[in-house]
Amino acid sequence: MSKPKFVYVTYIDTTPDKIWTAITDGEVTKEYWGRHTNASDWKVGSAWKHQDYDDPSKVDIVGKVVEVQPPHRLVVTWSSPEGAGDPARVSRVTYDIAPYQRMVRLTVTHEDLEPESDMLRGITFGWPVVLSSLKSYLETGKCLPGMAERGAIKRQ
Amino acid sequence: MRAVGRPHVDQVFKALADPSRRELLDRLHAEAGQTLGELCAGLRMTRQAVTKHLVLLEDANLVAGVRRGREKLHYLNPVPISEIYERWIGKFERHRLRALHELKKGLEEEKS
Repeated sequence: MSKPKFVYVTYIDTTPDKIWTAITDGEVTKEYWGRHTNASDWKVGSAWKHQDYDDPSKVDIVGKVVEVQPPHRLVVTWSSPEGAGDPARVSRVTYDIAPYQRMVRLTVTHEDLEPESDMLRGITFGWPVVLSSLKSYLETGKCLPGMAERGAIKRQ
Repeated sequence: MRAVGRPHVDQVFKALADPSRRELLDRLHAEAGQTLGELCAGLRMTRQAVTKHLVLLEDANLVAGVRRGREKLHYLNPVPISEIYERWIGKFERHRLRALHELKKGLEEEKS
């Protein structure tokens, strides 16, 4: 059996560039993603970290940049800092950004997740909230309630 | 005419207002990435009916289809439900609702 895979799709009334910036530029990311940023130079092979904007020493997710095609496709590996050395605990996230009608379709695919893991439970709760918040932020200038604050995405 | 582009919240509710379509979502929730053939197995619906329901679910963005060679794999996409949820449920209510939900689940498990 293949490892669990999740596909999340949202349609956003914006441009591909704005979605790309919202994912890769911490100054924007912090506004809707629980005051966290995705930090990297976004070059293939480079490291990336999902970290606290105010205290970058607090790192939740680490990985490597696998593929970069601004503003259409970004592929990264994804694991907890503790799990980074164990291939079984390293998953993979693909962001696909494509114009659709007059909107932009953002597809986030999360695969190679360890079955029954805390990471799997965390992301199934987290992605829909993060993507709803991103959509709201780009369309209205406001993220979801509470999502500009740290700790917003902790499973409740 | 089918509304294209932005799946309207009406489409989401309409898509959910049918037990067969909810059953398809339940099956995709239980096992992600099923083909049409796999989804049809064990269902008392014709292949044509399942196809029709899947189109409606995809239009409402509740199901995401991913092509793999000649096959199409179907995934439950919960993002529109999350948007509806967030629209009417405030951040403080979330904790209380979750606690209530856990309580209900716990009590019902005890009973059974």
